[in-house]
Amino acid sequence: MSNESLIPIKEVWNHADTSRIPFWAYTSKDNHQKELENLFYKNHWCYVGLEAEIPEAGDFKRTVVGERSVIMVRSESGEINVIENVCAHRGMRFCREKHGKAKSFVCPYHQWNYALNGDLQGVPFRRGVKQDGEVKGGMPKDFKPSDHGLTQLRVAKRGGVVFATFDQEMESFEDFVGPEMLHYFDRMFNGRKLTLLGYNKQRIPGNWKLMMENIKDPYHPGLLHTWFVTFGLWRADNRSELKMDKHHRHAAMISTRGAAGKNNETTNVSSFKESMKLNDPRFLDVEVEPWWDGPTAVMMTLFPSVILQQQVNSVSTRHIQPNGHGSFDFVWTHFGFEDDTPEMSERRLRQANLFGPAGFVSADDGEVIEFSQEGFEQKPFHRSLVELGGREVEDTDHMVSETLIRGMYEYWRKAMGV
Amino acid sequence: MNIEDYQKVAQLYQDYAAVVDAADWDSWVGMFTEDCIYKVQARENFDRNLPMAALSLDSKNMLKDRIYGITETIFHDPYLQTHIVSAPRIQNVSSNVIESQANYAVFRTKNDGIAQVFNVGRYIDRLRLTEQGVLIESRICVFDNDMILNSLIYPI
Repeated sequence: MSNESLIPIKEVWNHADTSRIPFWAYTSKDNHQKELENLFYKNHWCYVGLEAEIPEAGDFKRTVVGERSVIMVRSESGEINVIENVCAHRGMRFCREKHGKAKSFVCPYHQWNYALNGDLQGVPFRRGVKQDGEVKGGMPKDFKPSDHGLTQLRVAKRGGVVFATFDQEMESFEDFVGPEMLHYFDRMFNGRKLTLLGYNKQRIPGNWKLMMENIKDPYHPGLLHTWFVTFGLWRADNRSELKMDKHHRHAAMISTRGAAGKNNETTNVSSFKESMKLNDPRFLDVEVEPWWDGPTAVMMTLFPSVILQQQVNSVSTRHIQPNGHGSFDFVWTHFGFEDDTPEMSERRLRQANLFGPAGFVSADDGEVIEFSQEGFEQKPFHRSLVELGGREVEDTDHMVSETLIRGMYEYWRKAMGV
Repeated sequence: MNIEDYQKVAQLYQDYAAVVDAADWDSWVGMFTEDCIYKVQARENFDRNLPMAALSLDSKNMLKDRIYGITETIFHDPYLQTHIVSAPRIQNVSSNVIESQANYAVFRTKNDGIAQVFNVGRYIDRLRLTEQGVLIESRICVFDNDMILNSLIYPI
């Protein structure tokens, strides 16, 4: 059968398990719309930000849930609201500032005025104008402002991290994450106040799921990220585990850096240059922190919207913001903790040179995602192969497996009905 | 500032552009002092006094490590850079130290592509007049782009 006979592409999963992933899952516009609906707007808590970004009453940050613009804002009473950035009147995306401080939100088009929780509180000319002793125009008598607020999302906060959902029936955040992953979530966000170090933002021309997969793929770091291997930060024999929640949608790659030096495992994965030394070793001036409780790196994916990073002293959230099937914005928020010494803050900032769009190791990831998407687009009837470590989905105590990607697609198929 | 010094400073800005456009990394490193600062920072972070930067190097040795990374370890699509750098705006001169700024635009051209506007911003600099010529003590490249187009490999 020639490949061409598979065009037009039928969006069916024509493989028994998830050790093959059809390329249409990354190239189809219809599929993308369905993902937004089923994965971002229903049934999932999506990341919106950190409490530390909006410390005071009235502070707001504009962000997205999926492809819908929302505003995360702290109310007068200190609560966090997340409201949709679409005016209830004529649908304008009224908030143009990326962040700021507000007493209320006003849509400039017709000056509709909303409280910080999205309630409509003012409509100009609601009662018309008086002309020659007569009231003319205005809203109908039965116009009720309470029916015309901004869409208010449900909000969940934990450890200083804020999630939101349009889904009013949504299970609790804790149930959504599940106890296995909650353990690692709470390890990093253990109640200490976070401090905001700043942002890195990149636009990656690839399907958003590729970034989830990248952080569920322990096969590539020692091979693609030559820098990790060259300077001894990644070794195939590091003690490591791959864990998932019961739905297999979220995952954690947990590893503990072993003793430095050369051995067979590292030699196998890449040209480990024992003699290579950094001219300035402060890039890897690692200080063990008590909260690590062992692991030196925990990379967590909370499906579908965020990656939580601990790579030695560098900690960040990485927000996935899709824009169409073939592109997403990747927003890194680097933070520290309130009890960090100035030296620790410096260390976190210096180690951040490894990550982000210019990072010694992360720049590679954006590039391979772009080129994967190119391959998918030219051959949409084809599929990728994901069977390292078998075809099953299971937790492992090693890194030589693609089980987390298989697990994610097992869940994806259920959530998408394919 | 006398005209000879201004000429030296103006020449440094254009030499810098030529050196990075030619991917002459040894010469690039050679334009900095030993204890230099080199940052590529989003305007959002800069304006809000957030310390995070896409690149944040604070010694000449870190610059050398960056060059090792981009030439030996980072996998990326090859690309050419062309910088257009404005005339420097001298802000402050004290003994041998000059504070100056210049706007820049960087075009990126990939092997199979056409030139794209890759990064636009301004250099915020502290320069030192030495016997070896003008050296960069600190260069902060503050860029306007909200998003970096995928990845930023070469120095700006």
